[in-house]
Amino acid sequence: MPDLVLKGKAIKLWDNISTDDIIPGRFAHLRSNLPELAKHVLEDAAPEFASRVSALSAEGKGQAILVAGKNLGLGSSREHAPVVIKMSGVGAILAKSAARIFFRNAINQGLPVLLCDTDKIGDGDELEINLTGGKVANLTSGITLSCGKMPPIMSAILKEGGLIPYIQKHKDFKL
Amino acid sequence: MGKTLAEKILSLKSHSKAEAGDVVIADVDLAFVQDTTGPLTIRQFKESGFEALAKPQQTIIFLDHAAPSPAQQLSNDHILLRRFAEETGCRIYDVGEGICHQLVAENFANPGDVIVGADSHTVTAGALGAFATGMGSSDVAVALALGKTWFRVPESFLIELNGAFPRGVYAKDLVLYLIGQIGADGANYKALEFAGEALARMTMSQRLTIANMAVEAGAKVGLFPGDKITRDFLREHGRGGRYKLLYPDAGANYERVIPVNLSQLEPMLSLPHAVDNVRSVTQVKRVKIQQAFIGTCTNGRLEDLAVAAEILKGKKRHPGTRLLIAPASRQVLIRAIEKGYIQSLIEAGAIILPPGCTACLGLHQGVLGDGEVCLSTANRNFKGRMGNPEAMIYLASPATAAASAIKGEITDPREFV
Repeated sequence: MPDLVLKGKAIKLWDNISTDDIIPGRFAHLRSNLPELAKHVLEDAAPEFASRVSALSAEGKGQAILVAGKNLGLGSSREHAPVVIKMSGVGAILAKSAARIFFRNAINQGLPVLLCDTDKIGDGDELEINLTGGKVANLTSGITLSCGKMPPIMSAILKEGGLIPYIQKHKDFKL
Repeated sequence: MGKTLAEKILSLKSHSKAEAGDVVIADVDLAFVQDTTGPLTIRQFKESGFEALAKPQQTIIFLDHAAPSPAQQLSNDHILLRRFAEETGCRIYDVGEGICHQLVAENFANPGDVIVGADSHTVTAGALGAFATGMGSSDVAVALALGKTWFRVPESFLIELNGAFPRGVYAKDLVLYLIGQIGADGANYKALEFAGEALARMTMSQRLTIANMAVEAGAKVGLFPGDKITRDFLREHGRGGRYKLLYPDAGANYERVIPVNLSQLEPMLSLPHAVDNVRSVTQVKRVKIQQAFIGTCTNGRLEDLAVAAEILKGKKRHPGTRLLIAPASRQVLIRAIEKGYIQSLIEAGAIILPPGCTACLGLHQGVLGDGEVCLSTANRNFKGRMGNPEAMIYLASPATAAASAIKGEITDPREFV
């Protein structure tokens, strides 16, 4: 099977982006209307984020890649956080570290999160992510980054496109 | 080799020899959702093709985050959740009953249980020796259907507590101090396990405050042993038979050992906009507050209201400071009425909110205005948390919140106790 490769452009954010930054609690009334909720992704913390993601999608040269620092997604268990990031058009997330629940939620949504030294990635850099091999080639700088490995069960969930498709197919967890 | 508490519980529940770093599938004793994560969970449950719950009596829906609902969309989410409870036969605690984590502690959590909740503060039940952790909607949807989930067995940090709290210093100050030491991601993917001679004097209410905030250091669980205090709490709540002695083995392997001498602690604060931005109250001078908020799954219990009522009795809130009080459950409210705390608080100018999450997450009942400062006993002070990214939130103990409500500015509670 060929390696799963994703090409795109980095949108660089910072350390300690909380789930309240990604989708503030005051929009809880929109949680049963995900397309409407997704319009508010990172609205307070990075107001230009959503328009940059859609501009990249419109260019047709690959997907937006959210590049963060450490402890991405700290805070609440709201799975709506990775849901709205994915719905906004982001193809993958790179971070130095991700908070436990957010990391698991993103994988469960079929949104790849790879952990690597994101100091080596600048805003707007062209990236080629090899999801199978866990490598990120920074085409702008010429540097290739190795990513931390995830447990095999998470790779299997991601491969199926998330936990719900995984369970539909396997009916149970397979270690 | 000896086992940590985390390894012990997950070994038992996965019917295997679980060691830190292993991935196991564990039986789930209790799974729950609340009203802002439940609707997505239910949709995912149905989308997966599931119809029946694995354990209806061990599945709970709590309507606590928007309680009572401030918006038609949230009211409709409540209808969806009530219908699901009718269809599946699961338990439901409707608006006004209290905060999920408090109700789990009062009614369900036991030493050695595995508990998963679609809410990050599910870790609260670690106070009772339960391996309790927050998960997203997909994971909880699957746990509802299969009665199990997968875990990576965490490495543990041993938090060794010795000495006694000085006057004016409480469990909240201890946990804020700890988060300042560890950092907001310092215990990411880890278990915090509490031990030391101070536990013999630490009430269940204090343990719940500490376990509640384990997630603010990134931890997967915050575990207390099952001891005499656990036994007494379970007996008082009608489930003495569920008690079991639960300690880590001698020779268990800890990634880090963090000793804390309680007698050296001071009243602490988390400054905006990060929980690990911790200072002693003596380092923060003359910050005016427009709102003091005492409640939440961190500090809305009877002991917390007792501390606040004692400080506020016969006094008045500062005219420039709104004082909000939210009991964590109906039972807490009833007891606080019986004990006269509510009378003292109302006479001091407090607004009593219904049992539930209330102002904590920015949906209703105490949303802040631009530039306003709130001193809150909750667990999070992220930007925008209380409904307005232009507001500032400081976190502290109920004593500090009560003292500050009187003075209208952040105040050392030792002036009053």
